[in-house]
Amino acid sequence: MADKKPESKTVPMTMIQALRSGLDVMMGRDDNVIVYGEDVGYFGGVFRVTEGLQAKYGKTRCFDAPISESGIVGTAIGMAAYGLKPVVEIQFADYFYPATDQIVSEAARLRHRSAGDFTASMTIRMPCGGGIYGGQTHSQSPEAFFTHVCGLRTVMPSNPYDAKGLLIASIECDDPVIFLEPKRLYNGPFDGHHDKPVVPWSKHDMGKVPEGYFKVPLDKAAVFRPGKAVTVLTYGTMVWVAEAAARESGIDAEIIDLRSIWPLDLDTIVDSVKKTGCCVVVHEATRTSGFGAELVALVQEHCFYHLEAPIERVTGWDTPYPHAQEWAYFPGPSRVAEALKRAVEG
Amino acid sequence: MTVHPALTLHVPEPTGRPGHKTDFSYLSTSPAGSVRRPPTDTPAADTADLATSLVRVLDDEGKAVGPWVPAMHPERLRRGLRAMMKTRIFDARMLNAQRQKKLSFYMQCLGEEAIAVAHAMALQDGDMCFPTYRQQGLLLSRDDISLVELICQLMSNERDPIKGRQLPVMYSYKRAGFFSISGNLATQVPQAVGWAMASAIKGDTKIASAWIGDGSTAESDFHTALTFAHVYHAPVIINVVNNQWAISTFQSIAGGEGTTFAQRGVGVGLASLRVDGNDFLAVYAASQWAAERARTNHGPTLIEWETYRAGPHSTSDDPSKYRPADDWQRFPLGDPIARLKKHLIAIGEWTEARHEHTHKELEIEIIAAQKEAERHGTLLDGRVPSAATIFDDVYHEMPEHLRRQRQQMGV
Repeated sequence: MADKKPESKTVPMTMIQALRSGLDVMMGRDDNVIVYGEDVGYFGGVFRVTEGLQAKYGKTRCFDAPISESGIVGTAIGMAAYGLKPVVEIQFADYFYPATDQIVSEAARLRHRSAGDFTASMTIRMPCGGGIYGGQTHSQSPEAFFTHVCGLRTVMPSNPYDAKGLLIASIECDDPVIFLEPKRLYNGPFDGHHDKPVVPWSKHDMGKVPEGYFKVPLDKAAVFRPGKAVTVLTYGTMVWVAEAAARESGIDAEIIDLRSIWPLDLDTIVDSVKKTGCCVVVHEATRTSGFGAELVALVQEHCFYHLEAPIERVTGWDTPYPHAQEWAYFPGPSRVAEALKRAVEG
Repeated sequence: MTVHPALTLHVPEPTGRPGHKTDFSYLSTSPAGSVRRPPTDTPAADTADLATSLVRVLDDEGKAVGPWVPAMHPERLRRGLRAMMKTRIFDARMLNAQRQKKLSFYMQCLGEEAIAVAHAMALQDGDMCFPTYRQQGLLLSRDDISLVELICQLMSNERDPIKGRQLPVMYSYKRAGFFSISGNLATQVPQAVGWAMASAIKGDTKIASAWIGDGSTAESDFHTALTFAHVYHAPVIINVVNNQWAISTFQSIAGGEGTTFAQRGVGVGLASLRVDGNDFLAVYAASQWAAERARTNHGPTLIEWETYRAGPHSTSDDPSKYRPADDWQRFPLGDPIARLKKHLIAIGEWTEARHEHTHKELEIEIIAAQKEAERHGTLLDGRVPSAATIFDDVYHEMPEHLRRQRQQMGV
């Protein structure tokens, strides 16, 4: 799919405003776009992403759902089969588990099992990731659960511009899309330095977002920071953490923001690793069987003879996401910088 | 200090097991014609009595009695009888074909034919059923579904419309209002509610009909679906086919003991009916009642159909291991085909000779369809859709990693 050039003027937006703008644009363009989830109607969602949409589009286009993730996703599959374009919110990614059967056995496989007779084109939004003192039930990054499922697309933006463009692309996509929103990035580009104030998106270039319709393609990674010394493969909040690590360590890292975690843009990854000769994979989710393992395997398969050092992984520890010990768990810039050094020094 | 006796855990048991006959007094019934028929806009809470009584129209003599007698022309009744017979003969033929290894697996709906057939006749074109694997009668009651194509699905052959991707019986027929069967249980019920919500959101007039067995009402998806259906007054019928058995598990293990599945509906706020599922006229009348209620924006209805799974769960099951062999013959609600036949004969609209003739005619039709389907291959001769096609339809457009894997497969 082509990266559609934005035509409207840009305005400063937080990631929340950008997501809301994406929903607004799509609801305005297409009556079949329906938005619902827990608290998303009158109140506008616990993170305010859907604020004002019920007032603007009416309560049959944006409404509250009972506290049942399997019900939210299950009904959305039925709506999608009818021909609507549901965009549902799972209040926290940590809460998607009750909907697993509907996502894995139903939404993901409906097109295949019916040979295209029925499809489940829908977008499932979920705020993910930690750094907000959310403890084990408001901090998880479950992307690897979804990337393991054939038929799903899994997306995670790292900034307001991509958030809106990817959301519009997801809503228009004919596949079910898991749209993970790193909630620590909602208000600014958090780089892992939790003791310092976060720069708001209004002071950042990536917080300038076109007001109208535009798309960011679902199968293209972004070279977030060009560099020569080492390739960093990452997404979501960790893009900014990796950037801080590169800046602070003085290592000329090339940071690839995957944006679409799966299906992913392998060409951009392979081109970069072949150029730099080493690779560090960074994600906030737990380590074992995390998506980093897949990335390491892919790099090994496609770039083995270009690798000059073992591939490094920086991830959350294999423990539940802790509350009081959050910053010991979070893979911050110093841990990433150490991995960059190890990779570069061989 | 009060001394309490030790607690005991209750594990329900059926009243019959191999070697001793079932005591069917557990199944509460009502005399034909005795249950009231409220208007279709009646408040859900006012249907509480209908969730425990049993709506029946046909009495033991084959007479149609009481307020639920539907206005059905004898020609429609004959059509229904023929569709039930067709379903039963089709099932028997396919069971044989499975034994000959022409298909891997089969699931018959023996004894339950009235439910799907009469229900389908009460729906309209454009409505959508979300069936389980025992509602083939929804398709076999239609004139626009090719028997040959159905059998091609069962044989997973080159003409299988779903390309060999699903077990036999897991049909998908959007054009016939038949949602793709999952095989996972209960998931289709919230989906049906969502489909119905979509019809209401768009201001259309179509309704959905969800299907589930007694066993899988224990899944949370069932209860979730009832809640959503009630919350949004979704135009949906939720059919619980209580055929008494989930594989080897009696319905009391799903929670049927001392209560009814229909009562779940009342508790959540749905109009609820408990109906004799082996009584073609009662099935048609109750389906029509619920369909009219949904279509006139009065919201969802839960219907519990009392019936009996006369055959094994599937071709992989042997019910003689867990229930008396003569259970079906002793089941108080009888055989749906025999009962409608008796009624038609009683009103002078059918004869033994016509029945015999129709049976033969249907057998010939189904045998011919099977022969035609086998020309496109069976599981035995390996003429299945190309393995390369498994990579199609995973996504709308094939991503790069699937192209690579298809090349690796080398087909």
